[in-house]
Amino acid sequence: MKVRAQMSMMFHLDKCIGCHTCSVACKNIWTDRPGAEYMWWNNVETRPGTGYPTGWEDQDHYKGGWKSDGKGTIDLRLQSRTGALANLFFNPVLPQLEDYYDPYTHKYSDLFDAPPSEQQPTAMPISQITGEPIQISSGPNWDDDLGGSDIYASNDVSLADLDPGVREQMQEIERVVFNYLPRICNHCLNPTCIAACPSKAIYKRGEDGIVLVNEDKCRAWRMCVAACPYKKVYYNWSTGKSEKCILCFPRMEVGEAPACAHSCVGRIRYMGVLLYDADKIESAASVDEDELIGAQLDAILDPEDPIVIEAALHAGIGQDWLDVARRSPVYQFVKVWGIALPLHAEFRTMAMMFYVPPLSPVISTIENELVRLDIPDEPEDFALFDHLDRARLPVKYLANLFSVGNEELIRQILRKMYAVRIFKRHQSLNDGTINDAIRKMLDSANLDEAQAEAMYRLTTIPTIDERFVLPPYHREMSIEELNDPLAYKGKVGVGYIEEPKRGW
Amino acid sequence: MSDTVSIMLFVVFPYVAFALAFVGGIVRWRLKPFSVSSLSSQLLESRKLFWGSVPFHWGILIILAGHLFTLFLPSTVAWWNGVPIRLYALEITGLALALWAGFGISVLLYRRITNPKIRVVTTPMDYVVLAVLLLQVLTGIWVAVMLRFGSFWAVGVAVPYMWSLITLRPEPELIQPFPLAIQAHIVMFWVFLAVFPFSRLVHIFTWPLGYVFKPWQKVVDIREPTRVG
Repeated sequence: MKVRAQMSMMFHLDKCIGCHTCSVACKNIWTDRPGAEYMWWNNVETRPGTGYPTGWEDQDHYKGGWKSDGKGTIDLRLQSRTGALANLFFNPVLPQLEDYYDPYTHKYSDLFDAPPSEQQPTAMPISQITGEPIQISSGPNWDDDLGGSDIYASNDVSLADLDPGVREQMQEIERVVFNYLPRICNHCLNPTCIAACPSKAIYKRGEDGIVLVNEDKCRAWRMCVAACPYKKVYYNWSTGKSEKCILCFPRMEVGEAPACAHSCVGRIRYMGVLLYDADKIESAASVDEDELIGAQLDAILDPEDPIVIEAALHAGIGQDWLDVARRSPVYQFVKVWGIALPLHAEFRTMAMMFYVPPLSPVISTIENELVRLDIPDEPEDFALFDHLDRARLPVKYLANLFSVGNEELIRQILRKMYAVRIFKRHQSLNDGTINDAIRKMLDSANLDEAQAEAMYRLTTIPTIDERFVLPPYHREMSIEELNDPLAYKGKVGVGYIEEPKRGW
Repeated sequence: MSDTVSIMLFVVFPYVAFALAFVGGIVRWRLKPFSVSSLSSQLLESRKLFWGSVPFHWGILIILAGHLFTLFLPSTVAWWNGVPIRLYALEITGLALALWAGFGISVLLYRRITNPKIRVVTTPMDYVVLAVLLLQVLTGIWVAVMLRFGSFWAVGVAVPYMWSLITLRPEPELIQPFPLAIQAHIVMFWVFLAVFPFSRLVHIFTWPLGYVFKPWQKVVDIREPTRVG
């Protein structure tokens, strides 16, 4: 057993309102620079939809992630080792700028400089690359809330194996349904970006598992961009270096949550330490598709287990980190309650950002201009609990996103979430007491009252300290050893070793 | 050509160019690592890059390999060329590769000049690099077509001259009486070396052959202590 720690984020999608505050917070801090205009290290997609970059999940097209030969070994879908050297000069599957969008701004100065005239002056859209006028054909969140069109939803690859009838139903305007999917780098345990990098520039930080690009070593071979199945490594066209989400490690090192998580209006994001067994990575990433989720969850270790604690201490993980790991909200959701799953585990990168799938209302039909809920005539509370297939968001679709097509896994999770709702509703309506029907329901959802109460508390009314349980990095001590603590007094940051300017 | 000019072009310049390439390359790699990049522009334009980059890189690499082979194993080349049909095959292959590479450079140059997005990421040095490479290839084609057969006589002329430089006993007189095309082709190589550390050409030395053996994953446990500022 080789214990390592991973900083992990969990997204409670049932709480996401799709406001994009996370994206903007991230953009303002990290990607508001030449060459990075088109990058959204954090983006929020409307689902079903094609996402950003367009159709990123279609690995037949983009060749991201790992592929299994069915006999227990996996290889990069992108390239063989020698093939990588052959494709250095031109990468056939590299996404184009148009796959993201052509970045633009508006010529606001025209509003001030325009001569007097009958008409109001307008601010023309101009390219953020060339500065020339541009015809905008897409932009950030162009498909937000389906963008007034059904083409985004119908091109979602995760809908591909759904019943045609169900797909048709989802497109009818009365039954249209969408949810939001915020995405950052997954800081995977088995990242394809690292495996694909010919320059060995990308690495996983041992202490907290953050995947970083060493820009001094990056030589712009761009294999990481193509190899990442989540398309979360971006190429900066100005500096000629790859960039990606850094999980705001400079913020975390001083005890603050990443900007996206901290700014989240719906408070959907949770952060905590997960301990995992690094010896299990290779085997867990290589198992059959239907065992992938189980193998990954199996590699995540119980921080209360004395054997794990001993191995962790042996591996150099401090008591303070173990203490933080025991209070990790992510561990609660992922392992204790088992209601959070990684996104697209079939990519075999062992993504370490987890998602609680969203609930959705029941299917309704319009009859004589009246909405009729398409549910059987029985006590309202149990309608969805008993008839998950009546939910507007098809279970199969959620399964394609989060559980490698395993619908039963999604059903179990949704039933737990509904059970907590029904339990709390009854409790509050009946002066804190519940009846046998509710107890039976909790039981059938594999929950007890204490668990349901804990799930409710951490979901609904957690404090910021319960949502973000960050480890102590002790960076102040390592800085002191190398630098005069007063050397940068009154300045911003500790300066660049070399300014991040394009080479010549 | 006077002796002075000859010594400048075929003795002094080569050593200066080589020193620049070697010392300059290492200094840049060590002190300005962020600036070392192939500066790919594929994200901004892909179609023309395919028709430019692929022919150019493969054409020039194979030709370079041929030149190095001749430099280090001249007797093998001489033996190969002993049979005319083999000589013709070698020369035709070389010429075809040169034309292929020349086509690639032309496409790259055209792309750089005409595409507005690519112009944004173009420095004057990028034009210098493409011009140097184009001239290098054009003089090579000139030699191949007009002064047949390069691979035949080079063994007796260019190879000894190169070895005279490498062994620090320069003999410019070996190259002095030869036609301008040959001299230009050689001088262009020294120009290429001189430009090397000051341009994007530095990415040649970062060709990641080690990828063939690298383990899939990389975990860095302790940060390399770097004194900042």
